[in-house]
Amino acid sequence: MKLFGYKPTSTAWLGLAIITLFILVAVFADVIAPYSESESVGQTWDDPSWDFLLGTDNIGRDMLSRLIFGARMTIGVALVTTVLSFLIGTTAGFLAAVGGTAIDQILSRIVDVMLSIPLLIFALIILSVFGSSIMTLILTLAVLDSTRVFRLARAVATNLVVMEYVEAAKLRGEGLWWIMRREILPNALPPMISEFGLRFCFNFLFVASLSFLGLGIQPPYADWGGMVRDNGKAISFGLPAPLWPALAIAMMTVGVNLVVDWILSINSRPSGASAEM
Amino acid sequence: MLKTIAIRIVLGIITLWAVSVLIFAATEVLPGDVASAILGQGATPETLAVFRHELGLDRPAYVRYLEWFFNALHGDLGIAMTNKRVIVEVITPRFMNTLFLAGYAALIAVPTSVVLGIIAAINEGKFIDRFVNILSLMTISVPEFFIAYVLILYLAVQFEIFPSLSTVFPEMGFAEKIYTTALPAFTLTMLVMAHMLRMTRTSVLSIMSQPYIEMAFLKGLTRSQVIVRHALPNAAAPIISVIALNLAYLIVGVVVIEVVFVYPGVGQFMVDGVTKRDLPVVQACGLIFAGAFVGLNTVADVLAIMVNPRLRHPR
Repeated sequence: MKLFGYKPTSTAWLGLAIITLFILVAVFADVIAPYSESESVGQTWDDPSWDFLLGTDNIGRDMLSRLIFGARMTIGVALVTTVLSFLIGTTAGFLAAVGGTAIDQILSRIVDVMLSIPLLIFALIILSVFGSSIMTLILTLAVLDSTRVFRLARAVATNLVVMEYVEAAKLRGEGLWWIMRREILPNALPPMISEFGLRFCFNFLFVASLSFLGLGIQPPYADWGGMVRDNGKAISFGLPAPLWPALAIAMMTVGVNLVVDWILSINSRPSGASAEM
Repeated sequence: MLKTIAIRIVLGIITLWAVSVLIFAATEVLPGDVASAILGQGATPETLAVFRHELGLDRPAYVRYLEWFFNALHGDLGIAMTNKRVIVEVITPRFMNTLFLAGYAALIAVPTSVVLGIIAAINEGKFIDRFVNILSLMTISVPEFFIAYVLILYLAVQFEIFPSLSTVFPEMGFAEKIYTTALPAFTLTMLVMAHMLRMTRTSVLSIMSQPYIEMAFLKGLTRSQVIVRHALPNAAAPIISVIALNLAYLIVGVVVIEVVFVYPGVGQFMVDGVTKRDLPVVQACGLIFAGAFVGLNTVADVLAIMVNPRLRHPR
């Protein structure tokens, strides 16, 4: 079977299967989940049984149902963040490449300074001022992450701006926006797509880490990072409760990475930047 | 060479200053007033005004920035809002703890990953190379707390080799400290090892296609001799800068690990500060982390300049 004219490798199929499964679970959470998101149905940390396939959590909620609803929140927030970050980062990056030296210098210096503070520290500082509602969380992460996207978008676009067809468009009198959208964007897409996968992984882990610290997605919503935090104490009784959500996080990132590896091997153009932590 | 290094260090200092402006701006100048954030919805305009005056928020932003900046230069990071304690006194022992943990992890991670990377490069394509590759890919893509909890489950709970909580006290002896912090140090090691290992492997392998390596093979040297004597010295520069970069990451990765193991370091202090919205604490911790990060990045560049002759002359 082919996908977009290319034959996925077996590891890529594995990755695609994991991603599809998780997305389906997230979309149809209401239908699949045996119990509701917030209802206590058992004792604290019940063992897995036919009633509760993965046992129950710290206040007796069904672990599997929480995982299923958590997929929605965790993947959703990371996805929206990444899309937003690409909108900001790509626009700014293309603008820096096309718009002339002054704009380029201003944008690049701002990004340089922002990159010299570790992302997690920066996010913590901002969240301490605004608190962590889902909107501020998404906005903060998107703006911070867009600095990484900016770097790549600018690097790719700088190579494209010197092409004859861009020159021709400029001489035709096309505007900045038109050049960015019609000349630069289509040619910059291949490296940007694999970067999207990597940035998604990064944001996904990042949201999970913040929720784990108690500063990301807030209760009553189920999310995988927060579930690890809630059930952390179970580990000292030898119970695997916090490992289930952590495993779900790990599977998702491994899945996306497998697909990204395959995409990278198709268009083995240098992407200009790898995922930085 | 000295000039290039001096320029790089000055750049580092400028970055550090810009970072301090950014941290201050992010916490105090952005819309969303600290006083109303802390007091919540129920605050009357009068209490807000009094509280703002108490915090000094009624003065212009640049005055507050200059005061904060020069106090920080003198080692005065202010007073915590929640418990009125002097931040420097609280943060210094915690910073020592964080450095201890990061240093401990670095001492294990750096030699192990360089050696494993070289072994993988010598045995390129063989079983051990692929095994090391898959292992490092896995540690890159799983969240840090997953590694931490797996280690706790097996090493602390099932086999009871190490304690699962790493509470250290100043009175503790060195050996005891090493033992108590073993699990967080292992977790950190696994987090940063993968990247260093893969970089070591790739930089050694990229040198292997050079003509002088072919010459060394034609002289009749074995593969391991060629790698250790000819490839490694030339691969040193990228390896060293990757190590320094990863040490910078180590300083940050410490935050989550400290929370998992309830380790009394700056990371946990910062997370507490964020939860309680204690801005002076958050600013101080942010400054320390960013300072360590910028510092290590500068060191990485300086080392790269010293090791690689091609970088010694500015273009």
